[in-house]
Amino acid sequence: MPRFALALALTALLAVASLFVGVGEVTPRALLWPAPGQDALQLLLVSRIPRTLSIVLAGAALGVAGLVMQLLARNRFVEPSTAGTAEAASLGLLAAMVLTPEMPILGKMLLASGFALAGTALFLGLLRRIPLRSVLVVPLMGLMLGAVIDSVTTFLAYRFDMLQSVNAWTAGDFSGVLEGRYELLWVALLLTLAAYAVADRLTLAGMGEAFTTNLGVNHARILALGLGIVAMVTAAVVVTVGMIPFLGLVVPNLVSMFMGDHARRSIPWIAVAGAAFLLACDLLGRLLLYPYEIPVGTVAGVIGAALFLHLLFRRDARLA
Amino acid sequence: MRGWPDVPRASPRAVLLALGLVAALCIALFMTLGVQGSWAFVLPFRAGKVATMLLVACAIAVSTVLFQTATGNRILTPAIMGFDSLYVLIQTCLVFFMGSAAMAAADRRLTFAGETAAMVLFSALLHWVLFSTARRSLHMLVLAGVVLGVLFRSLAAFLQRVIDPNEFAFLQDRFFASFNNPHGGLLMVSALAMLGAALLGLRAMRSWDVLALGRETAIGLGVAHRREVTRIMAIVAVLVSVSTALVGPVTFLGLLVANLAYAVMPSFRHVHVLPAAILLAVISLVGGQMLLERVFAFDTNLRVIIDFLGGLTFIALLLRGRVR
Amino acid sequence: MIEALGVTCRYGATVVVDDVTLRLPAGGITSIIGPNGAGKSSLLSVISRLLPAASGRVLVDGMDVAVTPGDVLARRLSSLRQDNHLPARLTVRDLVAFGRYPHSKGRPTAADRPHVERAISYLGLEAQADRFLDELSGGQRQRAFIAMVLCQDTDYVLLDEPLNNLDMRHAVAIMRLLRRAATELGKTIVLVLHDLNFASCHSDRIVAMREGRVVMQGPPEAIMRPEALREIFDIEASVHEIGGDRIAVFYR
Repeated sequence: MPRFALALALTALLAVASLFVGVGEVTPRALLWPAPGQDALQLLLVSRIPRTLSIVLAGAALGVAGLVMQLLARNRFVEPSTAGTAEAASLGLLAAMVLTPEMPILGKMLLASGFALAGTALFLGLLRRIPLRSVLVVPLMGLMLGAVIDSVTTFLAYRFDMLQSVNAWTAGDFSGVLEGRYELLWVALLLTLAAYAVADRLTLAGMGEAFTTNLGVNHARILALGLGIVAMVTAAVVVTVGMIPFLGLVVPNLVSMFMGDHARRSIPWIAVAGAAFLLACDLLGRLLLYPYEIPVGTVAGVIGAALFLHLLFRRDARLA
Repeated sequence: MRGWPDVPRASPRAVLLALGLVAALCIALFMTLGVQGSWAFVLPFRAGKVATMLLVACAIAVSTVLFQTATGNRILTPAIMGFDSLYVLIQTCLVFFMGSAAMAAADRRLTFAGETAAMVLFSALLHWVLFSTARRSLHMLVLAGVVLGVLFRSLAAFLQRVIDPNEFAFLQDRFFASFNNPHGGLLMVSALAMLGAALLGLRAMRSWDVLALGRETAIGLGVAHRREVTRIMAIVAVLVSVSTALVGPVTFLGLLVANLAYAVMPSFRHVHVLPAAILLAVISLVGGQMLLERVFAFDTNLRVIIDFLGGLTFIALLLRGRVR
Repeated sequence: MIEALGVTCRYGATVVVDDVTLRLPAGGITSIIGPNGAGKSSLLSVISRLLPAASGRVLVDGMDVAVTPGDVLARRLSSLRQDNHLPARLTVRDLVAFGRYPHSKGRPTAADRPHVERAISYLGLEAQADRFLDELSGGQRQRAFIAMVLCQDTDYVLLDEPLNNLDMRHAVAIMRLLRRAATELGKTIVLVLHDLNFASCHSDRIVAMREGRVVMQGPPEAIMRPEALREIFDIEASVHEIGGDRIAVFYR
């Protein structure tokens, strides 16, 4: 599959570029012949590599989580931040900060995952109980649920004087990533691989309960599995780098335009495209106002939106 | 399919009357509850707040319902499509290019007029792009809308990063949703702008009922679809400018009151739905502000209360099948 | 008379209606048939000014539909599209009453009421008149939309697949109703039909399209022939005359 190899190569190129862009000077030359007093290698190991890895991991995982969400809810407009998942994870993180500030980060992540799982399960449970469900009601319900959860978070954060920290998590930003503070994202990678392993069953779940049951597959079990993946990915990302909204919506939808909706075929593409997209956005964020940084969430919003609209309209003109 | 053929339906007038009474009660309570000290001071002060809230309620409710009529859906609102982010973006651009000193010195009414004009222009462009390319599919429109909203928000956030902190403080001051410091001159201008929009709209009310049937049916019934949609977009642009200038973005209020109005109102006619949405918005804003001031003693903000209570109400309605 | 003069219509680069010139005299039922993607619905949409033509003109009684004011045309010509979804929550009677909009501008007068009730009873919807559309079955909803179009009471009625979702009884009832409207009230009715035999039994004229062009037109006898059907649809059909109607059999 030469096209996929090309995409991989492009992503790798972006990742390498990401290693060498920043305020501190890290160049191949500085690495090979370090000048006295400058420790480029140290900077590379402690900051640049962790940052690049975390971007790749988060981008791939969020894209795939978006797809899984869309399959489970059987709706194109759903992603962790339009289904209450991200908001619930934030609430869980707030609870962890307030109740047990000393808890290690893995514990916080697990608590946030628990909340995310509960929030997403609530979302899907509510969906099942809507008597007349139209395509657009689904994201509407998610937005509303998210708003309710978010208002609880804001209310509590205000009470405990933590509003500023809450705002800091909600804006995704990789500038604070250092060695020892991003490793949780490897969990997200494992989950992404797990999603790939059950890709066929997820595709089936996307066709509905009747369809799945007809083929002798346990629908409830796939649902639970998918839910678990989405909740834990979201929690891992929110806890380590904050939420990057929109990626889970744009990347799977874009890939679906070219690849269709068979999860086994699209998951690798979504993972690579998600990583490349986030890498490019983060690079731009670092370069545009050099030496200052623009948070990746902002850049991703602008670029993702423009790209998405362009493709949307071009496709519409071609097919309709 | 399930339905409620046996439930007797209240008349639209009775529903409006009930909503009106609740709204009046809210306003009366808001004006009189917990007054300490001089009534002569408190009453005009609170009346100013109420006037602001009434204007904002009208602007948000009407702009949302009309926008949904024009786009033929009940999910998109000007706020979700990024109209209020667009307003924030325009303001940010002004501060970015002119500096906050010039902005602060300029007459607030004049800058408001300029911003509104820019809004109308932009929304015309937006409308042209959206409806000429994506009108064949509502899904496309929704996706495009959500994306545009993110685009405007991100661009504004980007510019706000670039400008210096003092100017940013100036901007933030303008966008903080609050009814505590109504600006007298702006209130007058807004009221005038609303009046203009109302005059533009009143005559078209009945053709909007037809518009709600969708483009093809509306054209088949002889409504000049393009002209009416353009008219609506102009009105929406003005109204969004009004509400955003007065209190900043209030994202979910429009979606909430519009859908609540469709749910409680047994009629689809704009003559009935529009007042119902306005009254619901008044109840939400005044009631929410009252909760904020009396129960939470300003210990939180209005958006939190509206999002929480409104969101729960909305989900309950969804579950009962009243919203679709 | 409806005249399409050199009408071309395209989506992006795809030409869906290719330089069609067609004259439909006033009166009678015309059915447009053809395989999927032949451009039938697009042609109908252009005639009813829902879709702008890339080139060419459409005249209805000499009025160019592209420039005639919408409300003038709406009193002369009504149209119904294939799939009708409503975001608004309306009762059947509300919807049908909208058919009077071009005449009363949304202020229904006493004169409009009988029109509404008559249209409802024509389509046998009396029992559902006060139900909401989204509580009805697909067929009932389809009849409600047809009732609205009939209530518009225009000389020209264009219907895109009006028999969609209908059971046999209602399909026949609607075709009979249209027949009566054409014969007794002198209306001109243009239909896009998928069911060949319905078209054969009820039409005065059949227009066959394929790949954006009109390939054949004439009375049912001229179209309902094995050679013609082979050319239009690429099917082998035998045509039998039963009770004075030509019936094509192509099921095996």
